[in-house]
Amino acid sequence: MPRNQVVHTVKLIPSCRETSELISQAQDRALTLREKLALYVHLPLCKGCRNFREQVAFMRRAARAYLDRE
Amino acid sequence: MAKSEDQAVAEAFEPTRVEEHRAYLMRYAMLRLRDATAAEDAVQETLLAALQTGTRFAGRSSVRTWLTGILKHKIVDYVRRQSREQPLERLDDEVGDAASDVAGAAFAPDGHWHDFPADWGAPDASFESAQFWKVFEACVQVMPARAARVFVMREVLELATEDICKELGITATNCWVLLHRARLSLRECLEIKWFTP
Repeated sequence: MPRNQVVHTVKLIPSCRETSELISQAQDRALTLREKLALYVHLPLCKGCRNFREQVAFMRRAARAYLDRE
Repeated sequence: MAKSEDQAVAEAFEPTRVEEHRAYLMRYAMLRLRDATAAEDAVQETLLAALQTGTRFAGRSSVRTWLTGILKHKIVDYVRRQSREQPLERLDDEVGDAASDVAGAAFAPDGHWHDFPADWGAPDASFESAQFWKVFEACVQVMPARAARVFVMREVLELATEDICKELGITATNCWVLLHRARLSLRECLEIKWFTP
């Protein structure tokens, strides 16, 4: 199974691993409707993945702030 | 009266200003290239190119933004040369290599996190801490090399995924796998070394 098509598995709720791949890819491409739905199903149930989503956004801000600091 | 372009360029290249720019550009280049010699070369080429084309700088942007723009091109040139020298099959190999599979290490076989990511609170406060940036640099250094390369192209040089794929000759899927791996690695390192030591 190609690893970018993480939600093609017929599962109601994606695993944390699959969800983390979607969270990461959301930074780099537009997710499909199906993929967004998978996030909506998983995230309310999982504090770990919600934290990961915050951390991914933070790392992007940090990479940019790294250059701007004096 | 507005300063002439030549005047603006002349001021930008006063020795003290050049040193300021150089320090900034070096940080920029080091994060990307992770090699002091290559970074110094790129910065040197950038300053030379800037001097030669100085009059084309029409005050459209700050001098730093302008210099950073030139440096980006130098870095992309360097990356292009490097990827010619470092065969791309190795990149593909690494993607399929279980031994260096950060994602494999982060998750149990059933797909759950081994260690659930913690709540980092209000992490942006860390930007004020010099110590945080030392940790950040160290964590970028310990990322898997190719994942780090793609991560910095994406997050620091702010290149689009398609451009990164083109530069490195890899597929979009590999690009996403490497970015995911880089983020998992950096996340874990920052968490252990900084947020929940």
